[in-house]
Amino acid sequence: MADHAVHHDHPHGLAHQFEDMPQQKESAIIGMWSFLITEILFFGGFFATYLIYRSYYPEAFFEGSSHLDISLGAFNTAVLIISSLTMAMAVHKSHEGNKKGIMVYLILTGILGLTFLVVKYFEYSAKIEYGLVPGLVWHPHGENSPQLALFYSLYFGMTGMHALHMIIGIGLLIWLFIKTAQGTYTAEYNAPVEIFGLYWHFVDIVWIFLFPLLYLLGTQGGGH
Amino acid sequence: MAITEQDVQASEDAPSVNYLNNGYGLKSWLLTRDHKRIAVLYIISISIFFALGGLFASLVRFELMTPEGDLMSSDTYNKVFSMHGIIMVFFFLVPSIPATLGNFLVPIMVGAKDLAFPRINLLSWYVYVVAGILGTIAVVGGGVDTGWTFYTPYSSTYSNSNVILAAMAAFMAGFSSILTGLNFVVTIHTMRAPGMTWFRLPLFVWSHYATSIIMLLGTPVIAITLVLLMLERGFGFGFFDPNLGGDPVLFQHLFWFYSHPAVYIMILPSMGVMSEMVAAVARKRVFGYEFVAFSSVAIAILGFLVWGHHMFVSSQSTYAGMVFSVITFLVAVPSAIKVFNWTATLYKGSIVYDTQMFYVYGYLGLFLVGGLTGLFLSSMGLDIHLHDTYFVVAHFHYIMVGGQVMGYLGGMHFWWPKITGKMYPDIWGRVSALLVFLGFNLTFFPQFILGYMGMPRRYHVYPDEFQVLNVASSLGASILALGYVIPGAYLTWSIFKGPKAPDNPWGAKGLEWETTSPPPTFNFEETPLVTEEAYQYGPIEEH
Repeated sequence: MADHAVHHDHPHGLAHQFEDMPQQKESAIIGMWSFLITEILFFGGFFATYLIYRSYYPEAFFEGSSHLDISLGAFNTAVLIISSLTMAMAVHKSHEGNKKGIMVYLILTGILGLTFLVVKYFEYSAKIEYGLVPGLVWHPHGENSPQLALFYSLYFGMTGMHALHMIIGIGLLIWLFIKTAQGTYTAEYNAPVEIFGLYWHFVDIVWIFLFPLLYLLGTQGGGH
Repeated sequence: MAITEQDVQASEDAPSVNYLNNGYGLKSWLLTRDHKRIAVLYIISISIFFALGGLFASLVRFELMTPEGDLMSSDTYNKVFSMHGIIMVFFFLVPSIPATLGNFLVPIMVGAKDLAFPRINLLSWYVYVVAGILGTIAVVGGGVDTGWTFYTPYSSTYSNSNVILAAMAAFMAGFSSILTGLNFVVTIHTMRAPGMTWFRLPLFVWSHYATSIIMLLGTPVIAITLVLLMLERGFGFGFFDPNLGGDPVLFQHLFWFYSHPAVYIMILPSMGVMSEMVAAVARKRVFGYEFVAFSSVAIAILGFLVWGHHMFVSSQSTYAGMVFSVITFLVAVPSAIKVFNWTATLYKGSIVYDTQMFYVYGYLGLFLVGGLTGLFLSSMGLDIHLHDTYFVVAHFHYIMVGGQVMGYLGGMHFWWPKITGKMYPDIWGRVSALLVFLGFNLTFFPQFILGYMGMPRRYHVYPDEFQVLNVASSLGASILALGYVIPGAYLTWSIFKGPKAPDNPWGAKGLEWETTSPPPTFNFEETPLVTEEAYQYGPIEEH
């Protein structure tokens, strides 16, 4: 890659601080991976808390999990996995510099992301109706484990933080879509699409862990 | 990466346009993407918080001059020391060197035009400022009384002060330092000039790399911890509430998983400053360069494995405690490597007795005491006696103030001509460095004795027999304050009236000294080509 950087002839999309496009792209990708590592540690705090309390109070966690709607959770899991595929396709199209292709797959990804959030909204509404929000509306029916609130604190904390990442992701996606429509991304300059793809896949993977830990746990029956 | 035809020749005559006079007006500063201007913005804002934190510190020392609680009520005292801690840790110490000197120097030292993400760099400053405003609102609106550690269940359930606001401020300040750390990691990986291999990097860059790793891996954990705390306090979620089955000690684990490594955020950058200054004042290559470089990384890694030593008395299992204790002792090894190697660098060096030298000696002395008393505290048996006493307070002030603040001030003096293009009066530099050293020791050494005698931290009423040492400590604090005010005065004076600085006033080595003072906006006229290792000092030259 020993091309001679000529300062006057500035390639499209190259920021002033970089010498050439490969350097810029490498920086963007290392930057996003570094950010995702911080995200892993951020969610790691939640997962550690979950694991500790689940080992303290398995009954409460089985019980709490059995109140969650597995079919909605499974549907959302499928939605996110498909959205990862469409996002990967958008990145693929960006390598070709195919403007229309990027736009189509970004729209599909966005629709799937919104679908996920709409389903999440209905799930949350049901939980509010049944009084399963700790601290705010907490009047669960029947006999409950004393630590049931802990499970639902984690449920809302973890899925809420995940949903927040989805909302930020959709915001970024809209911005990317506008930029794409303006013809910003080419076969040479497409790092923003690529690193957004990394972010989107990361948020999906978080859900891949949340689904079994929160939803599928209840199918194992109560107690050891 | 790109191999272009460059040469190493430093520019012969200073170009008239530099980063300071390239555009005037508020907008050219507030919307700048130049890492050097952002560093200056940070210097101004952290100085404000340093003054504010110092004000709270002086209130604490005033109150402690008498054994009775006569200046303020217990509630007020709790708020005063909490605000001192929160402001100093989150708004001064963590960003102190990385966001100012690091921001200014890392790109220049690696031979780049700017950091990899200039806009993110500017964003980090804005996030910091918003965090600072939130913190100030928390102070003005009644303060916060949990201590800087926000321990549950006090912070989550019982405190009546602005915990959520203060936690939010700390959360955002952390976000700002994540952005800074991310920028450094990427810049050091991808933006090094041709010929600048990893083992030609100045040790300042190595220590900032290690610091950035901690910022990236540790800060998100305190962020999530504070989110959990805010959810619990704001909505009544029960993560740490024993009534709901939560465990308050879990908060301590999560908190210290970040905050212990963060202690090294508050020392590693100053070690980088030290390495540069030691080489410059002794006019020798830093002894054992690779060892000093890797000891920074070792401190960063070990720092993640020792958090349990804050919980020797918090119902942690004895066996876990033993493991944490042993690993804590191990941290002394890379720290000692640095101290020995700096001392070895001075040996047979051509030592120059200027301001930097005073800071180097001061740092070596204070860090030695701070580091060795850390070994007392990592011994489980002794820690039961010393836990939560003034011994701990003295220990971490020797590290954070004796280390990081000395490094910050020393580094400011060392690179001041580069940053501002002006010289300061060296005699005043030496006087104030001496005052800082004497004042610091008079303030904090008595606290070791007080703590050993059993005076607990965070109380403002104490038995009469502790008064003499407390008065000595308060007296020292006023000398220390003078030592901080004087540099503020003459450095500000030098901006307006100081003589113009040459490009390399100390005859020091490093890319930052090969460009002009102050540097041009893109740091170098041409991308430098690095052909030698760092610190290739020859025989003394006259300047």
